Amino acid sequence: MDSFKPAGPQAQRIYDLSTPVFIIAGIIFVLVEAAVVYASLKFRDRGDAEDPKQIHGNNRLEVLWTIIPALILLGVAIPTVKAVADLTTRPENGLQVEVTGHQWWFEYTYPDQAITTANVLVIPAATPIDLVMTSADVVHSFWVPRLAGKRDVIPGQTTFLKLEADEPGEYWGQCAEFCGLSHAKMRIRVQVLTQIDFDAWALAQQQPAFEPTAGSTAAEGKDLFLGRGCVACHTIQGVSDIAATPAPDLTHLASRNVIAGASLDFTQADLHEWLADPPFVKPGSYMPNLGLTSEQIDTLIAYLEILK
Amino acid sequence: MTTPSTRQGFLRRRIPATGFWSWITTVDHKRIAKFYGYTGFTFFIVGGLEALLLRLQLARPENAFVTPAEYNTLFTMHGTTMIFLVVMPIAAAFMNYLLPLMLGARDVAFPRLNALGYWFFLGGGVVLYSSFILASTGAPIGGFLPESVSRLGSAANGGWFMYPPNSGPQFSPGSVIDFWLVGIGLAGVGSLVSSVNLLTTIFNLRAKGMTLLRMPVFVWMSMVVNFLLLFSIPIITVAIFMLIFDRQFGTQFFEASGGGDPVLYQHLFWLFGHPEVYILILPTMGIVSEVLPVFSRKPLFGYAAIVFAGIAIGFLGFGVWAHHMFSSGIGPIAQVAFGLSTMTIAVPTGIKVFNWIATMWGGKLRFTAPMLFAVGFVAMFTIGGLSGVTHSVVPADWQQTDTYYIVAHFHYVLFGGSMFGIFAGLYYWFPKLTGRMYHERLAKFHFWTMMIGFNLTFGPMHWLGLQGMVRRTYTYDADLGLAFWNLMSTIGSFLIAVSVLAFMANWIDSRRRGELAPMDPWDARTLEWSIPSPPPEYNFGELPTVKSLDDFWYRKYTEDDEGRPVRRPEADALLAELEATHAHPKHRPHLPAASVFPPLAGLSALLFAFGILYHSTGLGLALILVGGVALLASLVSWGQEPVEEEV
Amino acid sequence: MTDTTMHASTSTGIDSGKLGMWAFLSSEALFFGALIANYLLFKGRELQGIHPRELLNIPFTSASSFVLLMSSLTMVLAHAALTREDQKHARLWLLATAGLGMAFIGGQVFEFSSFYREGMTLATNPASSSFFVLTGFHGAHVTVGIIMLLTLVGISLRQGSLSFGKGLNLELVGLYWHFVDIVWIVIFTVVYLIR
Repeated sequence: MDSFKPAGPQAQRIYDLSTPVFIIAGIIFVLVEAAVVYASLKFRDRGDAEDPKQIHGNNRLEVLWTIIPALILLGVAIPTVKAVADLTTRPENGLQVEVTGHQWWFEYTYPDQAITTANVLVIPAATPIDLVMTSADVVHSFWVPRLAGKRDVIPGQTTFLKLEADEPGEYWGQCAEFCGLSHAKMRIRVQVLTQIDFDAWALAQQQPAFEPTAGSTAAEGKDLFLGRGCVACHTIQGVSDIAATPAPDLTHLASRNVIAGASLDFTQADLHEWLADPPFVKPGSYMPNLGLTSEQIDTLIAYLEILK
Repeated sequence: MTTPSTRQGFLRRRIPATGFWSWITTVDHKRIAKFYGYTGFTFFIVGGLEALLLRLQLARPENAFVTPAEYNTLFTMHGTTMIFLVVMPIAAAFMNYLLPLMLGARDVAFPRLNALGYWFFLGGGVVLYSSFILASTGAPIGGFLPESVSRLGSAANGGWFMYPPNSGPQFSPGSVIDFWLVGIGLAGVGSLVSSVNLLTTIFNLRAKGMTLLRMPVFVWMSMVVNFLLLFSIPIITVAIFMLIFDRQFGTQFFEASGGGDPVLYQHLFWLFGHPEVYILILPTMGIVSEVLPVFSRKPLFGYAAIVFAGIAIGFLGFGVWAHHMFSSGIGPIAQVAFGLSTMTIAVPTGIKVFNWIATMWGGKLRFTAPMLFAVGFVAMFTIGGLSGVTHSVVPADWQQTDTYYIVAHFHYVLFGGSMFGIFAGLYYWFPKLTGRMYHERLAKFHFWTMMIGFNLTFGPMHWLGLQGMVRRTYTYDADLGLAFWNLMSTIGSFLIAVSVLAFMANWIDSRRRGELAPMDPWDARTLEWSIPSPPPEYNFGELPTVKSLDDFWYRKYTEDDEGRPVRRPEADALLAELEATHAHPKHRPHLPAASVFPPLAGLSALLFAFGILYHSTGLGLALILVGGVALLASLVSWGQEPVEEEV
Repeated sequence: MTDTTMHASTSTGIDSGKLGMWAFLSSEALFFGALIANYLLFKGRELQGIHPRELLNIPFTSASSFVLLMSSLTMVLAHAALTREDQKHARLWLLATAGLGMAFIGGQVFEFSSFYREGMTLATNPASSSFFVLTGFHGAHVTVGIIMLLTLVGISLRQGSLSFGKGLNLELVGLYWHFVDIVWIVIFTVVYLIR
C-alpha cells in the first residue's frame, strides 16, 4: 500500500507533485534545523564577560523571510491547482463502477455489465475507471494508495474518484474513515487484468451460480446455505435473490481471493475461522455466529468453493 | 503571609483564609491557575496511560492486547483528553497565573467568573470520565459482539471528531457518545466564560503606561487565543446540540435518510476545530517568546512581527477549516480555495520561527531546562509545521489524510510544540510559583529522554502513514511491512513515560527541598519577576507604572555605545526595594472576596448535566430540576453579592 | 454581573462589565449565526413532511415581534429613569420590559403548540428541526433575560436602589436585552419574511 510506488496515472500525478514538495520541505527542514543547531552551539555562553548586542529586529530580514516563503508557496500552489482540476475531472470514456460502502465491506456494481460483486474490485489495465460512490450506512473512505488518493463515501451523497492501473497486478487498499468497531478490518483488493482477461471475467460473472453435483458434499453445503438463514442476507444468482444487498453477493465468491471485507483470504483455514464466529473476527458484524459445527462448516465451504 | 479572615458577602459568614474551604471558594487567580494546572496534569497522566495502551496494542500486527471496542474507546478518549482536558487547561493555568502579573494587576477583571470557568471545566472532565463507570455502548443495532463490552470500552468511541452517522443514534446506541457530548459541552462553556474574563483583563487591567504594544508577547498570544475561543466555542456548541438532538429527540440533522447532511457536521466541527488547534499552540508560542530572550540575553527579535503574525494566524485560522475535509467530497473549487488559504497561513507561522532563531542568533545562550525546551519547541514545531504545509498540497493530502502521516504531523505540533512549550514554562516559572529552584540535572535528563522518546515515537509515523497505515485502526495486516517501526514507536512511547516520571519527581521534590530562589533568578524582562516569589495574594504592593516594553529589564539595565546591556548601579537596590514594597505594602490592598457561588454554580451545572444524560428517567428529570434551580439560584445570588473584600 | 475593577479606571476607559458583556454578546452572535446558517441550509431543500414555511403566520409573528421591539423601548426608558435616579420608574419600566418579554414568550409558546397540532414537530424534518432549535434557543435567551430583569427589580426593592457599576447592572442587562431583540429581528427577517 505504498504511496511511494505509484502504479497508475493518478497516483503518479500525486507522486510527481508531492515529491518536489517533500524535497523542498526537506531542504527547509535541514536549513532551519541547521540554523537552530548552529546557533545553539556557536552562541552558547562559555563564561563570556560580555552580554551580546541588544538587537531588536531588522525590517529587511522581515520582508525577506515573508516574501521568500510566499514565493515558494506560490510556486507550489500553481501545479497544485492544476492537479486538483485534472484529477477531479471524471474520465470521459472510462469504465464506470459503482462503489457502495457498508459496515465493514465495499460493494462493487458494474452498471454496464450488470455485475454485482464485493471486496475485490476487478478492472482492466490501462483503462480509466470512473468510480461513482456512496455509502449505505456511515461515512467510509475508499483508498488504494498505489492507484489514487482517497475519497470519502457518504450516505445520501455521491462522490467520485478516478483511478487507473498501468499494468495487471494486485493492489491493496483500506477504508480510511473511522466507521465503527471493525473499521480496521474493512479492506480493499484491486485486481487488474488485461482487457481480454477482464472481458472473460465479466462474462463469467454474468452467469448464474454453478450448481453442485447431486449428492456431493457441495450439494449438502448448498442445503445448509438455504436452511441456515444465509439466504436472508446473501444473494447467489439463481439460488437466492435479494433486492437490496445487506451482505456481499456470493454468486461468484470463489472467483475472489479474499473474504470478510478483504480482511481474510479465500482459504480453507480463513473460511473456517470466519464461518465459525464472524463477530469474533469482526466485532459488530451483522453476520451472526450461526452456531455451526466444524463439520457443518467444512460442508458449507465445499459449496462455497464451487461458486467460481 | 496570611490574609485576615474575610466575610463571605452574601451570606455574611466568615471564611478563613486558609484551609480547604478557602480553596473551594477562592477567586484568587493564582490558586485557580494551580487548580487548572494540577487537574490538567492529572489528565495528562491519564491520557498518557491511554496512549501507552494504544501503543502496546500496535506493537505487533494482529495483536490482541486490548479488544477492538476497548481500542476505539482508548484512542477517542486519548485525543479528547489531551486536547480538552490537558493542553487547554494547562494553557489556562499559565494565562490565569501570569496575565495579572505580567499586566501589573491584582487579579483578573472578573474573579468569580474566573473560578466558575474552572469548575465548569472540572465538571466537564468528570462527566466525560464518569462514562467509564456509568455509561454503556449498547448493543450494535442489528450487529453482534463476541462478548459484552468491558468497562475499559465503555466511554466515547467515535473518534475525537465524533462524526455522524457513526456517532448517531443508529450506529452508536447506548450512552457513551452522550457523555462525551455533554462533558465537552460543559467544558466548552467553561472555556467561553474564561475567555470573556481574560479578554476584559487584558484590555482593561493593564498597568499605567502599558499600551498594547508594550505588553509581553505571551499576553498578546493569550489575547488572540481568547478571541479564538470566544468565536469558536459557540460553533462546536451548536454542533453538539444538534448531535444530541439527533441522538435523543429524533431530529435528522445529520441523517441522510431523513434529509439531513452528515457533512454539515464536519463543517461545523472544523469551523471550531481549526481555530482550536491555534488555541492549543499560541499560548505556548507566547511562552517560548518569553523564554528565548531571557536565556539568550537579547530582546525578542521582531516583537511587532511576532505579534502581528500571531494576530494574522488567529484571523486566517477561521478561513482554513475545510482543509480537514479535502477527501470529503467538497468539490474542487472549495478544495483549491482552502488549499490556498492553508498555504497562506504558513507565512506568518514561518515569520515567527525565523524571528525566534534570530533572537538566539548572536546571543549568549544559557541552556537551562526552560531554554532546552524552548529551543526544542522551535525545532520540533518546525517539523510539524512543514508536514502541515505538505497537507496543503491538496492531492498530496488525498494520500496523507486519515493516515499515520497526519498523526505524526499533529503530534509534532501538539507534543513537540505545545507540550514542550508547556514544560519550558513550567520550569521557567517554577521559581516564581514556589520560591524554590527545580533540580537542573534531573530536568535536563527529562528533556533529553523526552526528546529522544518523542522523536522515536512519532518520527516513524510519517512514513508508516505514507506506506498505507490508516488511522484509528486497532490492528494492521502483517503483510504490509509496518511492524518494525510500530514496535520502535511503542518503545519510544515508554521512553516518554520515563521522562514524564522524571518531571514529576523533580516537581514534587523541588517544591519541598529545592534551593530557595531569589525574586528574579533568571535576570528576566517582564513584571512578574519584580515581585516576591511566591507572590503575595495581592500580587503588587503598589501597582507599577511602565514606560516601555520590557520595562522591568530597562530599570535594571541601560545600553552602552555598542548596544550591549550595562547593569545600572542602582539595580540591586531597586530589586531589594521592589521586594520590600510588594511584600509589605503601606496600605493593605483591597481584594475580591471569596465566594461560594462559583463552585455552587459549577456543582449545579454538573447535576444538571447528569440530569440531561438521564433525561428519560425520573432521576434524570429530578436532577434537571434540582440542578437547574440551583444553578439559577446561584447565579441570581451571585449577582447580588458585593464584590470587594470586607475586612 | 460586574465585579468592580481593581483599578479606579480601566485601561480602555470602558467599564469592565460592559467590555465583558460585549465580548460575550459577540460570542452569542456566532452562536446564533451558526443556527441561522443551519436553518438557511435546510430551508431550501426538498424534504418530507411539513416545512416551516407552510405554517408560518406572518401577521401573528409580526405582532409578537412588535411586542419584543417595544420591550427594548421600555428597557431604554428604564435606563433613562435610573440615570435620573428615579428608582420607582426604573423599576416600573423594568417590569414592563419583563412583562413584554413574557408576552413574547407566550406568543412563541402559542405558535409552537399550534405547529405541533398541525403536525410539524421538532423531529419532522431538518428544516422544522432547525426552526425549532433556532427559535427555541432564542426563546431560552429571552427567558434568561426576563429572569435577569426581575432580579434587578428584586435588588431594587431589597436594597432600596439600583445604581450603575455595582453588582448586577442595569446597563449590562440592557445590552443583553437589546442584543436578544436584534437577534430576533434577524431571525424574523430570515425565517419569516424572506421565503
